[in-house]
Amino acid sequence: MSESDDTAVDGSTPTEEPVENDGVEGDRTDEAEPTEGPIEGDSASAAGDGSTTAAGDDTDGAEPGGAETPDGTVHAPEDSGVSVDATPLEVEGLRRTFGGIVAVDDVSFDVERGTMTGLIGPNGAGKSTTFNLITGMLDPDAGTVRFNGEDITGLEPHEIANQGLARTFQIARELEEMTVLENMMLAPKGQIGESLWRSVMPITRREVREQETEQLERVWEVLDFFEIDHLAEEYAGNLSGGQRKLLEMARALLTDPDMLLLDEPFAGVNPSLEKRLLEHIHELRERGYTFLIVEHDMDLIMNNCERVIVMHQGRVLKDGTPAEIKESEEVIEAYLGGEV
Amino acid sequence: MSVDDLRGRFEGLFERDVTLVLAVLGTIYLAYVLAGVAFGYGLRGQLNSIANLTFYVGAFGMLALALNLHWGYTGLFNIGIVGFMGIGVYVTALVSKPPVAQGGAAQVGGLGLPLGVGMLAGVVVAGGFGLLVALPALRLRADYLAIVTVAFSEIIRFTMMSRTFQSYTVPDTIDLTVAGVQLFSLDPTADTIGLGGGGGLILNYADPLEALLRTLFLWEPYLGFVAFVQRTLIPNNPKPVIDGLLYGIVLLIGVGLFYLLLSRTGKSPFGRVLKAIREDEDVANALGKDTDRFKLTAFVLGSALMGLGGILWYSSRGSITPPSFRPNITFFVWIALIIGGAGSNTGSFLGGAIFAGLLYEGPRYVKNLVEAAFNLGDAPRNFGEAVAAFGSLDPVPFLVYTLDSVSQLRLVIMGVVLIWLMHNRPEGLLGHRKETASSVDLTRPSGGDAGNAAAADGGENR
Repeated sequence: MSESDDTAVDGSTPTEEPVENDGVEGDRTDEAEPTEGPIEGDSASAAGDGSTTAAGDDTDGAEPGGAETPDGTVHAPEDSGVSVDATPLEVEGLRRTFGGIVAVDDVSFDVERGTMTGLIGPNGAGKSTTFNLITGMLDPDAGTVRFNGEDITGLEPHEIANQGLARTFQIARELEEMTVLENMMLAPKGQIGESLWRSVMPITRREVREQETEQLERVWEVLDFFEIDHLAEEYAGNLSGGQRKLLEMARALLTDPDMLLLDEPFAGVNPSLEKRLLEHIHELRERGYTFLIVEHDMDLIMNNCERVIVMHQGRVLKDGTPAEIKESEEVIEAYLGGEV
Repeated sequence: MSVDDLRGRFEGLFERDVTLVLAVLGTIYLAYVLAGVAFGYGLRGQLNSIANLTFYVGAFGMLALALNLHWGYTGLFNIGIVGFMGIGVYVTALVSKPPVAQGGAAQVGGLGLPLGVGMLAGVVVAGGFGLLVALPALRLRADYLAIVTVAFSEIIRFTMMSRTFQSYTVPDTIDLTVAGVQLFSLDPTADTIGLGGGGGLILNYADPLEALLRTLFLWEPYLGFVAFVQRTLIPNNPKPVIDGLLYGIVLLIGVGLFYLLLSRTGKSPFGRVLKAIREDEDVANALGKDTDRFKLTAFVLGSALMGLGGILWYSSRGSITPPSFRPNITFFVWIALIIGGAGSNTGSFLGGAIFAGLLYEGPRYVKNLVEAAFNLGDAPRNFGEAVAAFGSLDPVPFLVYTLDSVSQLRLVIMGVVLIWLMHNRPEGLLGHRKETASSVDLTRPSGGDAGNAAAADGGENR
């Protein structure tokens, strides 16, 4: 809270957010992060979820685009170097239009390693489009996406997935006519049996079988971890909504990602399952996975994420700790559609 | 009744594929033999009838298996099957027909290479055309692939008929000279080469069966066997009958090889990705699978197999003409696959067998059977006469007329069966079955009771 000075000045966001946010990474205008000092301060305030949080807030301010910061206090032009370790995902100036509609407009943010970051916003704010732009399902009209320091803008989805950025879908997309086990076995990377000839030829087929046997153990471990092992033989199409969400996350995990993008992982999930899902996410985060979560449920995000990015009408409205977001009048305005 | 009900009910009923396959084949063959008895066929007639049946069971079995790779596994809507078949057999003919024009001046020759080379070339070229079709089309939605493939198969047919490609006179020597340096000089054996236009091609290369047997050094024993049959069972020129039977068996062996190849393909990580593409391509892509590559590979393999199917189907014929390659063959194969159940290799073969036995050949037998049983006299010459008899409350002429037109009505029967299937059992005979796409058994490994703790590796190893 201390470093009030930096404000996200940007066209869209109206007036006075300045005061209460620190790490605001204004939408495109990133403000600068003044000093290193504040870091500790934040972490305290951000509270809750673990040490990593603090880092989350600060650094991002610095990142995105040293370029056009109004304040000039920018850290540096650090697209490269530093970021590799601290921020697996950096999004800068993303823009995408559909016909005349600007779905995503100059969106910039980044995500710290080992954190859980929430991306919220009213319907039509451009959250899912942003996800699709990051994961290569859509190509951006402008802007860049960097993952682990590498530019992944415009790569094919499978190339991005193979770099360690896994995603789930808003409406759980299971491979319905395949069993849970088949769904899971599909995911791991580097399966030699994905070459037709190696699968068919007698000699190499033995290697394929060996690899699959190893892989199978891992699959069962993950099934156990998510407590869906009793469904292993079931067709994915027969699972309930919540079970599908679990399966989808389990499957994404098997691609051995560094980071997971979850698109509304809690939508349509009953409370007890939701709790379980959250526990899993927290546990995974403690093991070093990074999460970016799109979600409608404000409480859920506020209580579980170290950092929250609010989108509105295709732009980043606000970026800060949950506490800051809660106090932000623009956010409230965006959600409630008027003065409060 | 829901799909699940059906699943539950049929699960375990036919546990073993072999039993099921043998039961179905046995039933069909028995029906044919009984029909033969009713017709008063002698041994020769029976064997002929069985050879004919076996031929179509084999041919449709192979083609349905190949289509299953496209549609059942990968969800690629290929309705240009006959195009690939045509390419296969035409290329084989071009490569293997003897160089000197025989059978009159109108006939064109070929390169005169061994039949094995010709077949290989046919398969490769069919696969190559598969690539050509798939490259632009696979990036589009599924229905566009359908349009492209059916258009492709028609283009192929019209190319066969085209006068432009009918015949070329091949020069005696071909010299390739670049900048004064002679790279090579070719002395082609062929006099003329071409697609033969509307008249088609006479397949005057070596008899495929003879070529095969000679390769296996079984030709002499085979002739001995034929002579033996002549002495004991069929005194009057038994060779064509035995040839037919043996060719049918060769086709069934072909089916077995197709099945082996495709079930291995299906039960592997590769097949798993194909299935995932069928279910939801975006998901497969998001999981890091280069779906375009998988679709291309699957499409090319399937096309090549369709080419081989075409070669085996038509090579035993004396000639090929463009009208044989009309799209109705494509739809026959589709019906076979739908009957058997897309997604199941065993089902595909069964579908091929049932289609060949009941729908393709069956109606003709029914007609003959009825005619043999009741002496109905001559059929009316046209539909008017057939209906007119109703005026005198005599339905017989109409029935006779219907029977007489059974080869045309066959298509109607197929349509009715198809509609019935779509309504009542859209998943086909075996489409409901889990044919797990993995090279190993996916049940929990015995020692590997893991518990939550173990899952940790997944995360931490990185």
